[in-house]
Amino acid sequence: MKVTLKVWRQKNRHTPGHFASYQTPQLNPNMSFLEMLDVVNEDLASRGEEPIAFDHDCREGICGTCSLVINGKPHGPHRGVATCQTYLRSFKDGDEIIVEPFRARAFPLVKDLVVDRQAFDRIQHAGGFITVRTGSPPDANAIPVPKESADLAMDAAQCIGCGACVAACKNASAMLFVAAKVSHLGLLPQGQPERYRRVQAMVKQMDAEGFGACTVTGSCEAVCPKEITLDFIARMNRDYGVALLRGAPKKIAGGGA
Amino acid sequence: MATLNSNVPVGPLAQKWEKHKFSNKLINPANKRKYKIIVVGAGLAGSSAAASLAELGYEVHNFVFHDSPRRAHSVAAQGGINAAKNYQNDNDSVYRLFYDTIKGGDFRSREANVYRLAEVSANIIDQCVAQGVPFAREYGGLLDNRSFGGAQVSRTFYARGQTGQQLLLGAYSALCRNIANGGVKSYTHSEMLDLVVVDGHAKGIIVRNLQSGEISRHNADAVVLATGGYGNVFNLSTYARGSNATAIWRAYKRGACFGNPCYTQIHPTCIPVSGDYQSKLTLMSESLRNDGRIWVPKKKEDCRRNPAEIPEADRDYYLERLYGAFGNLAPRDIASRAAKTVCDEGRGVGETGLGVYLDFSDAIQRLGEGKIRERYGNLFAMYHEITNEDAYRTPMRIYPAVHYTMGGLWVDYNLMSNLPGLFVLGEANFSDHGANRLGASALMQGLADGYFVLPATISGYLATQKPDKRPGTDHDSFQQAEENVQGVTRRLLGNKGTRTPASFHKQLGKLLWEHCGMARNKAGLEKGIQLIGELRADYWKNVKVAGEAGEWNQSLELAGRVADFLELGELLCRDALHREESCGGHFREEYQYTKNDAEVQQGLVNPGDVKRRDDQFAYVAAWEYAGEGKPPVLNKEPLVYEEVKMSTRSYK
Repeated sequence: MKVTLKVWRQKNRHTPGHFASYQTPQLNPNMSFLEMLDVVNEDLASRGEEPIAFDHDCREGICGTCSLVINGKPHGPHRGVATCQTYLRSFKDGDEIIVEPFRARAFPLVKDLVVDRQAFDRIQHAGGFITVRTGSPPDANAIPVPKESADLAMDAAQCIGCGACVAACKNASAMLFVAAKVSHLGLLPQGQPERYRRVQAMVKQMDAEGFGACTVTGSCEAVCPKEITLDFIARMNRDYGVALLRGAPKKIAGGGA
Repeated sequence: MATLNSNVPVGPLAQKWEKHKFSNKLINPANKRKYKIIVVGAGLAGSSAAASLAELGYEVHNFVFHDSPRRAHSVAAQGGINAAKNYQNDNDSVYRLFYDTIKGGDFRSREANVYRLAEVSANIIDQCVAQGVPFAREYGGLLDNRSFGGAQVSRTFYARGQTGQQLLLGAYSALCRNIANGGVKSYTHSEMLDLVVVDGHAKGIIVRNLQSGEISRHNADAVVLATGGYGNVFNLSTYARGSNATAIWRAYKRGACFGNPCYTQIHPTCIPVSGDYQSKLTLMSESLRNDGRIWVPKKKEDCRRNPAEIPEADRDYYLERLYGAFGNLAPRDIASRAAKTVCDEGRGVGETGLGVYLDFSDAIQRLGEGKIRERYGNLFAMYHEITNEDAYRTPMRIYPAVHYTMGGLWVDYNLMSNLPGLFVLGEANFSDHGANRLGASALMQGLADGYFVLPATISGYLATQKPDKRPGTDHDSFQQAEENVQGVTRRLLGNKGTRTPASFHKQLGKLLWEHCGMARNKAGLEKGIQLIGELRADYWKNVKVAGEAGEWNQSLELAGRVADFLELGELLCRDALHREESCGGHFREEYQYTKNDAEVQQGLVNPGDVKRRDDQFAYVAAWEYAGEGKPPVLNKEPLVYEEVKMSTRSYK
C-alpha cells in the first residue's frame, strides 16, 4: 500500500510552519505508524531532504514520548492506544493522512511534530509525590490497602504523561492528567497526609502553565491511550473543593532545640 | 594495565555489607552540600540515586536525554520486581534469592554483590509502597506475588503488566520532590557526550542540549552513570529506540574498563519479527509463563496447521519435557536456546518459521477467561494491536529477542569503576547478574543501587576529595573533551556520503545477530570482527547526516550513537571469541554437553546445555581501551566464591 502524508513542517518555534505533502514508498499494512515515518524519513534523507522530526522512544505504548495528531485525532484513529501502537492496517491504500503536532500554548513547538511538554514535569514538581525519605518507610505490609483502592489507584496511575488529553481539548486543559496524578496518590493511605495540599499545589501550577479550564466535554477521555476516565476529574474537583473549605494548614511556629 | 580491586570486604558473607557500611568514611552534614555529584540517566537507578543523594544533602545535577525523566526505558518493564520478603511463606529467604541469582547467572557474578542485592531487596518494596506504588494486592489488602523464571518460590511483586512504569513513577516522584526543594538540578533533553577525567579522576561531563544543539561543560566531585544497557547494538531489540551506549562507551574510551560485554540476554518471549521495516521488538512479559504453556508441533508438517486442530498427542511441550522441575519457568537463556533449537529443527510456527506457541487454553479452562484477563489483559491487548490476533482464542506466537545486557562498565563493591570518582549503576554496570539475569531482577538491581548502595558507598570516595576543590570547567581536560565532542560532530556533519546512519545501524544489527547472537562459534566471531571493522570504515566514508549542529537534529543524535555501536559491536565479538566456554546467555557451540558427559548421564543436564570451564574462565573479563586502532587490553578479576560452590546449573 501507499499513502499520501500531509505533514506539518516547522524549523523552530520562531519560524512560521507549513504543511508539506509526501507520497510514501511502498508500505506494508503490518507496519506501525512510526515505522512508516521511519521509511519516509529514510527516503527523504537519501534524497538529501531533511527528515521529519517526531518524538518517539519505547514504541510499546508506555513511555508517553510519541505524540502526533493524526487526521485530527491525538494518537490516531483507535481508542486506548498511543501513536506508536497504531498500525497501517487501520488505513487504506491511497489514503491522505494529515499529521500535526500536539497543539497547546503550554506545549511550545520544538520542531516539526515535536513539542515541549515539560509543563507536565513542573506540575509534578509542585506536589506529585508522597514525602518519604529513602530508608525510612515501615514494612510494606504494615498498612493494608483495600484491593479496590489499590486497583482504582492503579487505574489512575496508568497515565503515561503523553499530553494527548491536552491536545484533544478545545481549551487545552490538563485536567485529566492532573486528576490522574492527584487521584493515584490520593486513593492510597500513604497519600493521605498531603492529599489536600497536593491537589491545591498541582492545580495552582497547572493554571500557571497556561492550561485552560475544563468544560467536561470528555474529548480527553476519548483519546487517552490508557483510557483514564473523567471520573477522576470529578474526584479531583471534590478534593480541591474540600481543600478550599479546609483552608491553608496552620503553620507551626518554632522548632529547634 | 588497569588496576582492578573488587574491594569486597573481608568477613562472613552475611556480614560484609553491614561491616562495610560501618567502616566506610562519612561526610559530615555541613560538608555534604559542598560536594557536587553528576547523575547521568533517570531510569530506576538514576532517579533513585539522584533523589537519595540529594536527601543526604549533596548538590546533585541530573541529566537525561529525554524530555522528561519519567520516560527512561525502565518504564517499559512489565512483569515485576523480586524481593526476599517471604510473604507467601513458601520458604523464601535472603539466602535463597541470593543463591537463585548466583545460579541463574551461571556462577559468573560477584558473590558479595549478589548477596547484598538480595539483602536490600526487601527494603525496596517498603520504599516503593511508601511512595505510593500501587502494587497488586489481595482482598485482605496485603501484597500479592507471582512466580518468575529460575525460581521455585513466588517472590515477584507486580503492578499489572506495568511494574516498570509504576516503580519509575515512584522514583521520579522522589526526584520531583528533590527538584522542587532545590536538592537536584534537572537537565532534560541533555545528552552526555564525553567524560572529563582530571588527573585520573572523573570530574565532569560534556553535554549537548538536544533542543538547541548547545554544548556545555559540567564539573563535579563525582560522576554517576546510570544510562542503561547496550542491547541496541543489535538494532532490533526490546529496548526503546533511543536507548544507547554512548555514555558508557565514551567513559570506556576515557579509561573505564568494560566488563563481560559478551553477556547479552536474549529474552524468550517476544513477538516475532514480521518484516525488514521493523524498528522494534515487543516483549511479552515472562510472567505469562506462569499460566501459558510453550509448545511446537512434534511433526514438521503440522507447523502450518491451525494450532487448534493439532491434537494434544502431536504437541511437544518441550520445556516441560526437558526441564521438568522448572518447566515453562526455566531461566531465560535456557528457554531462548530451546526455542531456537526446535525452530532450527524445522518445527517453528508462523510465516517465517521462527516462532513457538505460548498457549493459554489450559489456564483459561482452569481459571476462566476473566482471571486471565485480570492478570494479563494489557499484554493480550498489546499482542492484539501488533499481530491482529486474539490470544484468548488462539495461542500467541513468540520468539527470542535481545532484551538486556548483563555486561557493562566494570565496578568494584562500591559501584565505582577503575576510574576513581566514576560510579556506574543499574544495567550500565556489569556486577550482579553474571552471565544471565533472572526475570524481575533488573528492577531490583536498579533500585538497590540507587536507593541503598550508592548513597552508602559514595562517601568513601568523596572523603578522599577536599570539599569545594573540584577542578573548574576552564581546566584543560574540559577544553580537550569539548573539542573531542565538537570534532566528532563536525566530522559527522561534514561527511559527504550517501547512506543514512539508520541503514548502517540495521546492517550492524543483522551482522551481530548472525555472528554473535544466540549461538556463537570461533569462525563466526572472527568473521564478525572482520565485517564490523569493514562496516565501520565504510561508515566514516559513506555516512550522510542531515541538518545542522545548532538545532534539534535526530539524524545527528543517531549518527553519534551508531558510531559508538560500531566500535562496541567489535568488543562484544572479541569478548565472545576469547571466552572459550559457554555460560548463561553466552553460548559457544564448541562447548556444550553431549550424551557422553557424566552430567548428562546423571540426569543433571540435557545434551546441548551450556558447558562452563571454571578452571579457565571463572573471571570477569574487563576490557581496557588502548587507543584508536589498537586491540583492547584484557584485565581479569578472578571470581572468588567463599560461600557457594560453583556447580553445574541444573533445572531438570
